[in-house]
Amino acid sequence: MNPAYSVIFFTTASGAGYGLLAWLVALAVIGDAPAPGEIPWTWLAAHAVAFVLVSAGLLASTAHLGHPERAWRAFSQWRTSWLSREGVLAVLTFLPWLLHVAAGAGFGASGRGLTLVAGAAAAGGALATVWCTGMIYQSLPTIRAWHQPLVAPIYVLLSLATGGVLALAGLAWFGAATPWAAGLVIVLVALSGALKMRYWRQVDTAGRSYTAGAATGLGRYGAVRVLDPPHTQANFVMREMGFVVARKHARRLRRLAALLLFVAPLACLAALVGTMAVASPPVASGGPGMAPVAAASLALLATVCGVVVERWLFFAEAQHVVTLFYGADRA
Amino acid sequence: MQPTVDTNSPPADEVKTTTCYMCACRCGIRVHLKDGRVRYIDGNPDHPINRGVICGKGAAGIRQHYSPARLRAPLLRVGERGAGEFREISWDEALTLASQWLGDVRARDPRQLAFFTGRDQSQSLTGWWAMQYGTPNYAAHGGFCSVNMAAAGLYTFGGSFWEFGEPDWEHTKYFLLFGVAEDHSSNPIKIGLGKLKARGAKIVSINPVRTGYNAIADEWLGVRPGTDGLLVGALIHELLRTQQVDLEYLVRYTNAGWLVRRSPGAADDGLFARDAAEQVLCWDKRTGTAAPADGLEVAPALSGVFTLADAREAVPVFQLLAERYLADEYAPEAVAEQTGIAAATIRRIAAEVAEVAFRQTITLPIRWTDWAGRTHQSVTGRPVSMHAMRGISAHSNGFQTCRALHLLQILLGTIDVPGGFRYKAPYPRPAPPGNSPAGKLADLAPGKPLSGMPLGFPAGPEDLLVDAQGGAVRIDKAYSWDAPLAAHGMMHTVIGNAARGDPYPIDVLFMYMANMSWNSSMNTEGTQQQLTARRANGSYVIPKIIYSDAYSSEMVAYSDLVLPDTTYLERYDCISLLDRPISDPDAPADAIRHPIETPDRNVRPFQDVLLDLGARLRLPGFVDAQGAPQYPGGYADYLVNHERSPGIGPLAGFRGVDGAAWGTGAVNPGQLERYIANGSFSVHPLAPSQRWMKHANRDYLSFARSVGFVDTTEPIVFQLYSEVLQKFRLAARGHGAVQPPATHRARIERYFDPLPFWYAPFEGQQIDAARYPMYALTQRPMAMYHSWGSQNSWLRQIHGSNRLYLHRVRAAALGVAEGDWVSVSSHLGALRAQVTLMEGVNPDTVWTWNAIAKRPGAWGLDPQAGEATRSFLLNPLISDLLPQQQDGYRYSNSDPVTGQAAWYDLRVRIERLAS
Amino acid sequence: MTALPQAAPNQKKLGLVIDLDTCVGCQACATSCKEWNDGGAASGPLTDVDPYGKDPYGPWLNRVHSYDVGEGDTSRTVHFPRSCLHCETPACVTVCPTGASYKRAEDGIVLVNPETCIGCKLCSWACPYGAREYDTSGGVMKKCTLCVDRIYNTHLEPQDRQPACVKACPTGARHFGDLGDADSAVSKLVRERGGFDLLPAIGYQPVNKYLPPRARRDVTTAAPSPVAAHDRPAPQPDGTPIERLFSWADRLLSR
Ligand SMILES: Nc1nc2c(c(=O)[nH]1)N[C@H]1C(S)=C(S)[C@@H](COP(=O)(O)OP(=O)(O)OC[C@H]3O[C@@H](n4cnc5c(=O)[nH]c(N)nc54)[C@H](O)[C@@H]3O)O[C@H]1N2
Ligand SMILES: Nc1nc2c(c(=O)[nH]1)N[C@H]1C(S)=C(S)[C@@H](COP(=O)(O)OP(=O)(O)OC[C@H]3O[C@@H](n4cnc5c(=O)[nH]c(N)nc54)[C@H](O)[C@@H]3O)O[C@H]1N2
Ligand code: SF4
Ligand code: SF4
Ligand code: SF4
Ligand code: SF4
Ligand code: SF4
Ligand SMILES: [Mo]
Repeated sequence: MNPAYSVIFFTTASGAGYGLLAWLVALAVIGDAPAPGEIPWTWLAAHAVAFVLVSAGLLASTAHLGHPERAWRAFSQWRTSWLSREGVLAVLTFLPWLLHVAAGAGFGASGRGLTLVAGAAAAGGALATVWCTGMIYQSLPTIRAWHQPLVAPIYVLLSLATGGVLALAGLAWFGAATPWAAGLVIVLVALSGALKMRYWRQVDTAGRSYTAGAATGLGRYGAVRVLDPPHTQANFVMREMGFVVARKHARRLRRLAALLLFVAPLACLAALVGTMAVASPPVASGGPGMAPVAAASLALLATVCGVVVERWLFFAEAQHVVTLFYGADRA
Repeated sequence: MQPTVDTNSPPADEVKTTTCYMCACRCGIRVHLKDGRVRYIDGNPDHPINRGVICGKGAAGIRQHYSPARLRAPLLRVGERGAGEFREISWDEALTLASQWLGDVRARDPRQLAFFTGRDQSQSLTGWWAMQYGTPNYAAHGGFCSVNMAAAGLYTFGGSFWEFGEPDWEHTKYFLLFGVAEDHSSNPIKIGLGKLKARGAKIVSINPVRTGYNAIADEWLGVRPGTDGLLVGALIHELLRTQQVDLEYLVRYTNAGWLVRRSPGAADDGLFARDAAEQVLCWDKRTGTAAPADGLEVAPALSGVFTLADAREAVPVFQLLAERYLADEYAPEAVAEQTGIAAATIRRIAAEVAEVAFRQTITLPIRWTDWAGRTHQSVTGRPVSMHAMRGISAHSNGFQTCRALHLLQILLGTIDVPGGFRYKAPYPRPAPPGNSPAGKLADLAPGKPLSGMPLGFPAGPEDLLVDAQGGAVRIDKAYSWDAPLAAHGMMHTVIGNAARGDPYPIDVLFMYMANMSWNSSMNTEGTQQQLTARRANGSYVIPKIIYSDAYSSEMVAYSDLVLPDTTYLERYDCISLLDRPISDPDAPADAIRHPIETPDRNVRPFQDVLLDLGARLRLPGFVDAQGAPQYPGGYADYLVNHERSPGIGPLAGFRGVDGAAWGTGAVNPGQLERYIANGSFSVHPLAPSQRWMKHANRDYLSFARSVGFVDTTEPIVFQLYSEVLQKFRLAARGHGAVQPPATHRARIERYFDPLPFWYAPFEGQQIDAARYPMYALTQRPMAMYHSWGSQNSWLRQIHGSNRLYLHRVRAAALGVAEGDWVSVSSHLGALRAQVTLMEGVNPDTVWTWNAIAKRPGAWGLDPQAGEATRSFLLNPLISDLLPQQQDGYRYSNSDPVTGQAAWYDLRVRIERLAS
Repeated sequence: MTALPQAAPNQKKLGLVIDLDTCVGCQACATSCKEWNDGGAASGPLTDVDPYGKDPYGPWLNRVHSYDVGEGDTSRTVHFPRSCLHCETPACVTVCPTGASYKRAEDGIVLVNPETCIGCKLCSWACPYGAREYDTSGGVMKKCTLCVDRIYNTHLEPQDRQPACVKACPTGARHFGDLGDADSAVSKLVRERGGFDLLPAIGYQPVNKYLPPRARRDVTTAAPSPVAAHDRPAPQPDGTPIERLFSWADRLLSR
């Protein structure tokens, strides 16, 4: 499949944004609500970041539409279409999210209960939206590499992992990173890493059961080879679905993705935990110590690059069955 | 709830019928117009040619009609020839200039004009124009197209394939397709193949390449190019060996029983034995004496050596034929190696053919009367049919191979019988047709018309157009000793000959509808140099070039004066019985085109322009007694009012004042309206009694004479043995008034064999075949028409560039893989091509789709277009001349009998390029 | 509305049957389709990108492939037209977020509503057969309409109320009809000729069927030629072939 940059940006950015949202809600749950009157700027800023990531992603996703002005129509078919469900949930999620932020932003009067309920709904909506995104791909029988049970779960885990690293980096910058938060993120990064490896193994071993012979029904006469294509220049189908990255290329990129998205962040986060063991000077005495900040920032940098490579590969490695009509012998 | 879709919107507000011209097949189309523009075009269900279907090109006609490559106005060259720099001029300026050029030449020496047209369908007009102008240097494209097929058939049985006749698709049970990719008879063949498939009739394809029609054949014989003569010979060998030929048919309808003199050295050796009354003799077994062969009661001997009254010997044609084909050289074993077809396969095919012909006969209860007045209650069919085209004819041995093919049909008794080959009016004609070519030296004089039409059928050396030394009279050397039976002329030699001044230089080259600087010429680069060659004094060797095209083709760039034509939807055209009609075996028919839209630019129908020029030049027939234009109304006027002979004009339908007459009749002023009202065509169904055995059918022949198809009701006797060819042979042996110069004698002696025989194509013989081991061919893509198709935004998406197709096993041996680039070199030149591998091709053969490559900037395409950057023509590799012979003379790369261009003799070598 | 319609008992299933034994790859169906639909009510225009340039392409609703199949004597060249198969359970419909992609309840034709399509292209991803092509100029998805604007069009002559590609096909390799009706001509054809589905394993249940190329009658055919028997020795054994021929001719003609 042709790795369209708008889609890569959308899935990675909104994924991280939704993940961050989930983390912020989680923090709000365990951390105690700000005292009435005082406004928690950092907390708001964090939500703002999440909000920007999510909405930028969603906007980007409409960029590749032929008729963005009709995008609203996409909310209508939630009964059958994961794309429609994604849209619906994405929009719905904004309501509890705003409520959560509003409530949390010091109208403490409204009480902690509402904040938490709204937060829980927002976080749930966020993860559900990401799940739908994953299901859009996972539900397509035409693309073997996507039609796998791990696709949607990995989308959700990566959203939490990338969002987590982001959240942690934020905390670290304000010296507020705690070992258990770091630990939790480490667990998620490791888990998504493990699943992704598993997924790669699965797609590599899953039999490429569709053949040109079955696509054309001519297999009964022997191997099917293209003599003349129907057109001498690539048509839409070939441009959109004909792209498959070369195997050895893919291998290298996979290693890179694994390194950037899993190994490097884990190392950095481990380092981060380590630095926290040696007590860092308190915020009062002029900013956090540099070590944790550096570790967290490095983790974030690697994660961002890693997830982009991972997403590019997700498309570029996916072979569509239609290629069988255009010269591929298996898919 | 489910969206609603408008399933009932009116597709058009007006429908007009006319004739397609996306190719020369002449199908009937319906043009659907909406808001005054063409909305879509589909096939006319009532039309005899295509019965409602349409092809890939025809349905894309709308894109041709609105093509950005269309010319806008007359053009006068301002830059160098070939640079394509012009200024637009008025029609008045253009026509004044043209008539000045043409007038000067006509007053000086009409031969200084060479007027050649391409695949136009107005040759009865253009030929008549040339005749009245007085130049013999006229022909259409037939010489480089398929004259071998036409001439071989016409000299053998007065017909041929395509517009001459077709298989009886309704009844045939066994169909052999030789060397056809697409054919002129495009849709009829497709419709026919569909019928055979539906009936389960067996289709055998004989073709080095298995695509298109050949891909759906029940059996594919991937013959080695140029060897079909051997294959057909071996089939004949088998039929004779197993005694499975139609003897009664041969005796009745052919010259099998005619006696051929056997008196070596004599002036009449090999001619038919005739009595005092010039009657051809046979040996009557009943009386044991020689008797006129056309006697009804005679029982001609088919074998034996007989001594005639003058004590000289003669043998029946059949004996000579049997001696030729039962010889070992035509035994299946003997030809298997060269043809690449196993002996067992050849024997099986022969057996299958015989089985169907003689044991699955069809008898239709149709009463008919033969030429002698004998009535027959039924007509018996031998349901084996064949069709062949350029794969056979575009070789230097094509004429004799085509003859062999027709012999095979005749031996099976399958001409104009149910399930066999069927003539289409105006054929059959006498073998050969009576008209000989005009243009003998004595006939040529300034300002004087020719005594007849420039093209015809020589019946012997005395009909040749040669000077006292035996040199050619025509610029293309047609009807000279180079190509005595060049019945369609030799357009492919004109530019080269004119540039070499051989036989003489010319002043004006006037061409119409032929892309001669590109895909219709051999040796493309050489041709372009010839078109731009200059004399010492700087003037062009070919001083003036006038050309009519409708689009900005490669040839336009090489012209001095361009006369822009309309498209086929903007003009009158006539698909005439005087030319190449649309007849069906059961019904003579002709058709017209008429303006569907009026041009939005300053273009004129070429026929109007030609009539205008004729009038400006005051050519007889083009002006009236007062010197005023005879046809002020242009081509439409001409179509209605012109009469070739009393009562016979371009259109056969709706003649007579009331429009009720067909074939002959007074001029009908309302004729064109009647055609248009009738779907732009007219058919005249034959009575059942006239539909079969037309060559010997009294009712048909008398009808044919009444409408001018033939001059007599004499039966047309099939010429298994061609006395005409023997006459040329005798001349080469030093007999007769007109004899070939020494240089040509051996060649004439060898190739004018009165019985078909096979010889290796010239290029393979005369170049180092070991150096160029592969054969290289082109095929017509079904969705492209020569060069016209690439300006079509739909068709060029299907064929926007071309590949070289190579057998997978051979490719492996050459170290070539799918998609590799290779160099393709011939004894003339070399080019690069990208390879596609396939199974369905003769391993010694490579091929490509024809005419895809375009000159950068031509046809209104981006110079970076794939046609200009990723495509190739084979033409630059095909030499227009054969290698020098000992005496230094170079013949054109053509058939020695007809002058047909030998496109498919090309030999090449393939080498992998390190990308 | 992208929920698939409930298939009624003896549901009408209009579709095409394409005979690969007869198709010569002439492209008439492809250009006739392009021509009809380019100006058509249901699906036009089909605007091309860079039509006279370096890289021309545009939406075609029907395309004709050529394949080289197998090796050696048993190999074949097969021409293969490909258009929407109007599947019975196609995900191209259910994945559509807007309801623009739908399958008609009354005849099973799968269509795109150009008024509501947002051009997200997801349906083209869901189609295994490459039958959906995006129209860049219109920003909407295009596909074979089964000529829904012809087959019911009362402004056309009855014999013209069939898909443009079917009417055009010179060899008669394309057949149109109701595959839901077991007695229809197309259903019979499918039964007699062993019509098959493309990629059945995907589970979309195509309505269109393909008829396989028939068995060859050539060297590869197991059965020896039925007529080889007639390649019999000449009646009169002695003499050279030519002598035998002549004596045969003699006898035959003097009967
Ligand atoms: N679509 C389309 N139709 C056309 C045309 C076009 O350009 N496009 N051109 C028109 C014109 S001008 C003409 S003349 C006709 C020509 O119609 P065709 O005769 O069909 O022309 P070609 O494409 O030259 O086909 C020649 C065939 O003969 C085969 N062949 C070559 N050498 C040999 C041989 O030695 N033996 C045998 N058995 N086969 C051989 C080639 O593989 C090829 O299949 O088509 C007309 N119709
Ligand atoms: N290698 C190779 N070369 C071949 C062949 C081959 O098989 N292989 N085939 C040969 C054969 S058989 C033939 S017939 C020739 C065909 O070759 P051409 O006769 O040159 O055929 P086209 O390329 O169609 O060129 C015809 C010209 O007529 C112009 N034209 C089209 N419509 C009109 C019109 O309505 N009015 C006017 N005035 N002009 C018009 C076109 O623009 C084009 O410039 O090619 C020959 N060349
Ligand atoms: S075969 Fe096609 S292009 Fe040729 S005349 Fe017929 S419809 Fe037109
Ligand atoms: S029109 Fe008919 S023969 Fe031609 S490609 Fe289409 S299906 Fe095949
Ligand atoms: S062929 Fe493709 S577009 Fe047509 S119905 Fe089936 S899945 Fe949908
Ligand atoms: S492209 Fe149009 S039809 Fe296809 S899924 Fe998107 S909205 Fe539906
Ligand atoms: S049915 Fe109509 S839309 Fe579908 S392929 Fe045929 S012509 Fe095209
Ligand atoms: Mo031709």
